[in-house]
Amino acid sequence: MSTSKPKVRHPNLPRNKHGLTFRDYEGAVSTLCAGCGHDSVTGAIVQAAFELEIEPHGLAKMSGIGCSSKTPAYFLSASHGFNSVHGRMPSVTTGANAANRDLIYLGISGDGDSLSIGLGQFAHAIRRNLNMTYLIENNGVYGLTKGQFSASADLGSKAKKGEANQQPPIDPVSLAMSLGATFVARSFSGDKAQLVPLLKAALTHNGFALVDIISPCVTFNDHEGSTKSYRWSREHVHKVVHTDFVPPAGEITADYEAGAAIPVDMHDGSRVMLRKVDDDYDPTDRLAAIDFLQRHTAAGEVVTGLLYIDESKPDMHGVSGTTATPLRDLDYDALNPGADALAEIQLAWR
Amino acid sequence: MMDPTDTSHPDYFHRVVDCQWACPAHTDVPQYIRLIAQGRFTDAYMVNRQSNVFPGILGRVCDRPCEPACRRGRVEDKAVAICRLKRVAADHREDISERLPKAPEQGNGKRVALIGAGCASLTVANDLAPLGYELHVFEALEKSGGLMRTNIPQFRLPPKVLDEEIDNILDMGVQVHYGARIDSMAELLDKHFDAVFVGTGAPKGKELKLPGRYDSDRIHIGIQWLESVAFEHTKTIGKQVLIIGVGNTAMDCCRTALRLGAENVKVMARKPRQFFKASDWELEDAEEENVDIVVNHSPKAFVVEDGVLKGMDFEVMTYELDDNGRIVESAVTGETMIPCDDIILAIGQENAFDWIERDIGFEFNEWDCPVVDEDTMMATREGVFFGGDAAFGPKNIIWGVAHGHAAAISIHRYLSGQDITDRPPRHLNLSAQKMGIHEWSYSNQYDASERRLMPHVGLKERFKQLDIEVELGFNEEQTLAEVERCLNCDIQTVFKAPACIECDACIDICPTSCLTITENGEAADLRTRLSAPAENMDQALYVSDALPQTARVMVKDEDLCVHCGLCAERCPTGAWDMLKSKVLQPYAGTVVAKPVTVKKAV
Ligand SMILES: Cc1cc2nc3c(=O)[nH]c(=O)nc-3n(C[C@H](O)[C@H](O)[C@H](O)COP(=O)(O)OP(=O)(O)OC[C@H]3O[C@@H](n4cnc5c(N)ncnc54)[C@H](O)[C@@H]3O)c2cc1C
Ligand SMILES: Cc1ncc(C[n+]2csc(CCOP(=O)(O)OP(=O)(O)O)c2C)c(N)n1
Ligand code: SF4
Ligand code: SF4
Ligand code: SF4
Ligand SMILES: [Mg+2]
Repeated sequence: MSTSKPKVRHPNLPRNKHGLTFRDYEGAVSTLCAGCGHDSVTGAIVQAAFELEIEPHGLAKMSGIGCSSKTPAYFLSASHGFNSVHGRMPSVTTGANAANRDLIYLGISGDGDSLSIGLGQFAHAIRRNLNMTYLIENNGVYGLTKGQFSASADLGSKAKKGEANQQPPIDPVSLAMSLGATFVARSFSGDKAQLVPLLKAALTHNGFALVDIISPCVTFNDHEGSTKSYRWSREHVHKVVHTDFVPPAGEITADYEAGAAIPVDMHDGSRVMLRKVDDDYDPTDRLAAIDFLQRHTAAGEVVTGLLYIDESKPDMHGVSGTTATPLRDLDYDALNPGADALAEIQLAWR
Repeated sequence: MMDPTDTSHPDYFHRVVDCQWACPAHTDVPQYIRLIAQGRFTDAYMVNRQSNVFPGILGRVCDRPCEPACRRGRVEDKAVAICRLKRVAADHREDISERLPKAPEQGNGKRVALIGAGCASLTVANDLAPLGYELHVFEALEKSGGLMRTNIPQFRLPPKVLDEEIDNILDMGVQVHYGARIDSMAELLDKHFDAVFVGTGAPKGKELKLPGRYDSDRIHIGIQWLESVAFEHTKTIGKQVLIIGVGNTAMDCCRTALRLGAENVKVMARKPRQFFKASDWELEDAEEENVDIVVNHSPKAFVVEDGVLKGMDFEVMTYELDDNGRIVESAVTGETMIPCDDIILAIGQENAFDWIERDIGFEFNEWDCPVVDEDTMMATREGVFFGGDAAFGPKNIIWGVAHGHAAAISIHRYLSGQDITDRPPRHLNLSAQKMGIHEWSYSNQYDASERRLMPHVGLKERFKQLDIEVELGFNEEQTLAEVERCLNCDIQTVFKAPACIECDACIDICPTSCLTITENGEAADLRTRLSAPAENMDQALYVSDALPQTARVMVKDEDLCVHCGLCAERCPTGAWDMLKSKVLQPYAGTVVAKPVTVKKAV
């Protein structure tokens, strides 16, 4: 009987600069249904964190409620974590980030958690350009509560017992684009080759980075007639940009034909190379991108890749002009200058 | 592009069971280890006996080719103590007389002569007696067992163990003629046996013809000296002894010398330690007894003054190695005389076939040995078969046993009018092991315990008598820990491509990064594109049929799979399953059934 993944590992695994192997970025063994797309996303996060050489204690895993929101238990067991209330992960992360801007924030959410109960919080985190990576493990259903249609379910998509969804979907990608998000990507849990570099870019982005990941629910939404199944997703994925992530001081080894790749410099010195797969697509032109996405979505395609990126916008701290020192590192007097100082401020606004 | 792996070939899954594949007799190691884990010692003994015939003997002194092959030694650094566990089965078994093969009341009327009563001949007898053959063993000495009795010292292999396992064979009505050296093959052939098996070993110790060799009677040939100790003709030795050579014979000589009263024993090696022929465990045991192993000393001359052996002259050597550790240059840097009272030469054995006439149909090879077919074990003279050290030069007991089984198959086919080159096939059965969602019929959890060490009789105690067995055998704690170290390599991962939805669950869960879904390619290229590079070329890559959704392939590097079953537990569609393989090894007279796959766990 197996309840855990043994510590034994391949003896020749590569180690990163902290001396860690990818196994050191794992967590407890998943209790999700065998074959759940969310577990592959977990695998991709482990890989991305290992390759980015993140120090586990420098990252906080944030989540709400749902099968997807359970997954932070399954990766980065040496990191911080906060499992919040359903739909409230963005506000808890906003608070945490306000207090300690030095941590990397990785939020894990579901289509239910983000697009129904948490839609308002999701929208405002985007609007504030909160410096975090925000993953939606999107399966078109409420997995944890046994498979009701979620707000991302496509019109006409069939439930396991056959009834068709009657309400139009909310597409988190289009929503984020229209709200001014500074990093918007979509991927598929079954394509780690695409997902891992996207996650690396997202985790490096300064600001709100949304990655909407089609992540099939094997138990309630992987049947004929579902538009979020493994098969349907594979058949309808349309990749528009290919992303290479080049770490700081890393050499660009791939051969790019002149003009074929758009380099984007990230604030930490790394570089993201965007290669167009679809000639019509420009991931730096927001209006054109929105137009492209609408047309292709209407044609039943699931457009994937790094769909939009803008590294120039300030994040929440930049907009608010807050101190560069995380609040938790300020001493008591600086944090709480006292009643007199407050009275002075209030007076200034009379 | 690699072709999809044909797992229906019986060798594919057999190879995955590294120990069983490496064992010349293909002993079903994981099966007997599980039986020991369940306390079923007698059953474990019988699983052994079927393939290796001498579990009690081999559980002590087998050369154990299985252990360097054992997967555990790749996953961690130490193999499962397979040989020690075999001894546990032998030590704790109950009466097996009811379960031993028996000769039929009515013989089949055919007579077979077996020359030599070593492990090879005894194995042939073991396989042929139950088929009704009249068996005559001609042994030069007064006792059976060959080198197992005359050369392997009693402190490693107690005579009681030897007698019991040999008697189990001879008691099937095998007639042994002791003191019956065969001096002429032609004469024996004239006696009209229906077939002849030659199991005479490699009885000649190699000489070291250096100045002074024949000037003293204190220079001995290792294997002869050990035999003379075994038969109690030699009971003493000088205080200072040099052993020349550093193979397993040298190890037995030095330890025996200590028990006959030697106080200072040096084993003299020409080369550095990594070139020693002795097994690591034999070296360790000798060093534990304070035997001095001296490297880089090349013998030059025996120093004999007035008929008295004074010592030996050596050249002191240095060697230059290349990147692969091979010697590219050697140089003499000095000379030294090492004093001693006795010298024992332990530099190898040779075959001696001066008793086989050259004009009776035997073809001889460049080493002056009869040409023997590696599959059928038959010489160029029809009806005469070889095995053990007599066949292809000195090997070890388990090879002697394997040859014996093969020769017995040939002899039986030959005497039943069947083509001996048409070898009965090996088959492989698969059976389900799933008991529940997270439950398997075997202990699938990886146990991180370290290899247990064999307890020894104390250093003072063990030298009191020549026959005090040094190794005590595993105790209960050691046994219980060691059995869990076995990775159950016979519980195979079996894949059904059409069921796979490419969810990656198996790939993410696999603790040793064995699995990858990727585009197919050439083997060399594929090996670099896996979850972890597959650098062990001795281990197979499994490549599936094209997967239904993307036409990629599932690739498994067999090298480091710990058979934990997690891939099968996490697979939502049952594309991976764990099935137990059982190799059906053919023996003389057995009909190997057609392979089957049992779908339900029992
Ligand atoms: C010192 C030493 C230690 C060893 N230790 C190990 C060990 O720990 N583990 C291991 O696996 N192997 C060991 N070996 C090797 C192993 O003993 C042999 O490989 C094995 O015994 C070979 O078996 P066999 O049946 O071919 O021949 P043998 O065991 O050599 O038996 C041949 C028999 O034939 C008889 N004979 C020979 N010629 C004639 C003739 N013309 N007529 C009649 N009879 C004849 C001999 O008297 C002998 O009894 C050791 C060998 C030596 C020398
Ligand atoms: C405040 C609140 N309302 C409702 C629920 C019940 N609930 C639990 S999970 C869930 C939906 C989860 O769906 P999603 O975020 O898509 O996650 P999935 O399980 O599909 O990964 C709901 C409605 C709850 N836990 N808390
Ligand atoms: S782990 Fe067990 S089955 Fe596997 S090679 Fe070693 S002894 Fe044999
Ligand atoms: S049994 Fe499966 S999961 Fe376990 S090591 Fe082997 S391939 Fe990996
Ligand atoms: S878990 Fe099963 S279905 Fe999923 S990829 Fe592995 S074999 Fe295929
Ligand atoms: Mg959901």
